[in-house]
Amino acid sequence: MMLDGLYQEIILDHYKHPHGRGLRDPFNGEAHHVNPTCGDEITVRVAADLSDISYDGLGCSISQASASVLYELLKGRTPQDAAGIHEAFVALMQGRGQVEPDEDVLGDGIAFAGVAKFPARVKCALLPWMAFKDAAARAGIDVSSEVTA
Amino acid sequence: MTFDVARVRADFPILSREVNGHPLVYLDSANTSQKPAQVIEAMRLHNERHNGNVSRSVHTLGTEATSAYEDARGKIAAFVGAATPDEIVFTKNSTEAINLVAHSLGQHLALKPGDEIVISEMEHHSNIVPWQLLCERTGATLRWFGTTDGGLLAPDETLINERTKIVSIVHMSNVLGTINDVSPIVARAHEVGALVMLDCSQSVPHLPVDVQALGADFIAFTGHKMLGPTGIGVLWGRYDLLAAMPPFLAGGSMIETVTMGGTTFAAPPARFEAGTPPIAEAVGLGVAVDYLTALGMEAVHQHEQDITAYALKTLTDVPGVQIFGPATPEGRGGTLSFGVDGVHPHDVGQILDALGVEVRVGHHCAKPTCARFGVPAMTRASFYLYTTTDEIDALARGLDQVKKVFG
Repeated sequence: MMLDGLYQEIILDHYKHPHGRGLRDPFNGEAHHVNPTCGDEITVRVAADLSDISYDGLGCSISQASASVLYELLKGRTPQDAAGIHEAFVALMQGRGQVEPDEDVLGDGIAFAGVAKFPARVKCALLPWMAFKDAAARAGIDVSSEVTA
Repeated sequence: MTFDVARVRADFPILSREVNGHPLVYLDSANTSQKPAQVIEAMRLHNERHNGNVSRSVHTLGTEATSAYEDARGKIAAFVGAATPDEIVFTKNSTEAINLVAHSLGQHLALKPGDEIVISEMEHHSNIVPWQLLCERTGATLRWFGTTDGGLLAPDETLINERTKIVSIVHMSNVLGTINDVSPIVARAHEVGALVMLDCSQSVPHLPVDVQALGADFIAFTGHKMLGPTGIGVLWGRYDLLAAMPPFLAGGSMIETVTMGGTTFAAPPARFEAGTPPIAEAVGLGVAVDYLTALGMEAVHQHEQDITAYALKTLTDVPGVQIFGPATPEGRGGTLSFGVDGVHPHDVGQILDALGVEVRVGHHCAKPTCARFGVPAMTRASFYLYTTTDEIDALARGLDQVKKVFG
């Protein structure tokens, strides 16, 4: 079935058992993003040293699993590392299925390679990453990968 | 005459295609309907043989185009029981029709602080936002009927009162499927001197609608939900009201005479049709109306009632599925929104699509309705004259698959 590429076990696992979910203190920046076409919402909080990233939201398996993977990948990283991973994830999602993901950089994030082939769902996967970018900026961290989706 | 769904389906070329390796099961007609070959062919023929601009050309093509455009207006007037074709204004869609009334009627009534506009909680955004903006412009107050747990308008005896100037209510909900009994609302509104608009986007395509019987002052509906093309909608209004209202959009075609010092305006409907209208689209919509008329709207409605009864029973039998809106076919149309326990509608829709089953997921441009039922989004299956019980079975099988993936 075509959906094998979309609903990878890794994604379903993160959806059913999210890592790091729930809003926590302390934090230095917070952002709330909404996908106006589907109504999905997420709030992301970021500590200035990335010692914690917390989030809560309503949404589909793709957006919720993506938030869980983001937490796993970016929490505790240096701002430079986080920016690089952020850039790699955004590039993967905007690659229309043509970008080969690097597991060393993206970890479980490589499971989202299949999502890039479903244009209607790319925004779902990117929602937490965009919210993170804004929250990080408010916490004084620059994650400046260009996003056009 | 019995309704022959197989014969109807044969008129819709798209229904023979496959989606993701499965026969197409199109359950999204409340979003946009499919078009029969007759409509597609009529539009092609118009563009191939009769294309000219309307209402301004003396040449043969322009005359043919004008005649085709006005014939379409006449067909649509007859379809909804308008007193005269001049009560039919072509717009871009229902949204534009409602905006037209919000602007022009709002200006005509000189709304001011203290005046009230009444809508309901089960409206599409297109019957909420234009009134919110009108209230912002004039200082009038927006009030609304709530929705009951069963998906009906919640009665409110005092909502419509002597301060009410406009009441705008959906005839059939695009989310809950509820067909609202609008007669007491129309009667109450007229009793206090308010004018009534009905959003008939979901009713005109699916059941017999007669504007005289409804008793409203304006109705809006759209071509693409009733077998016609996108890009054309309809405002019906009582002629005396249209004649008293100022223009909405300004430009060519809507004038009587223009000098550098000022302009006088054409009579309705031209007053409200500035610029070159959607001509081939009007022709297509006229043929769509011919198609529906030939089948008979009573027969179309009965078919959808049968399908809805079957779907309600089938979905009720699927564990973990919760239906929003009336639970029985009485007082509802063939639009069924539901939730699947523990699975987000986007995921439901994605898995169904992989099986060729096309449903709408999300907030259906009716966020307050979703909020009323405590969910950010719903899955919606909506039916039409070409829907079969086999397709409902395919939906149920799809939901089993959804539960397998997310179980």
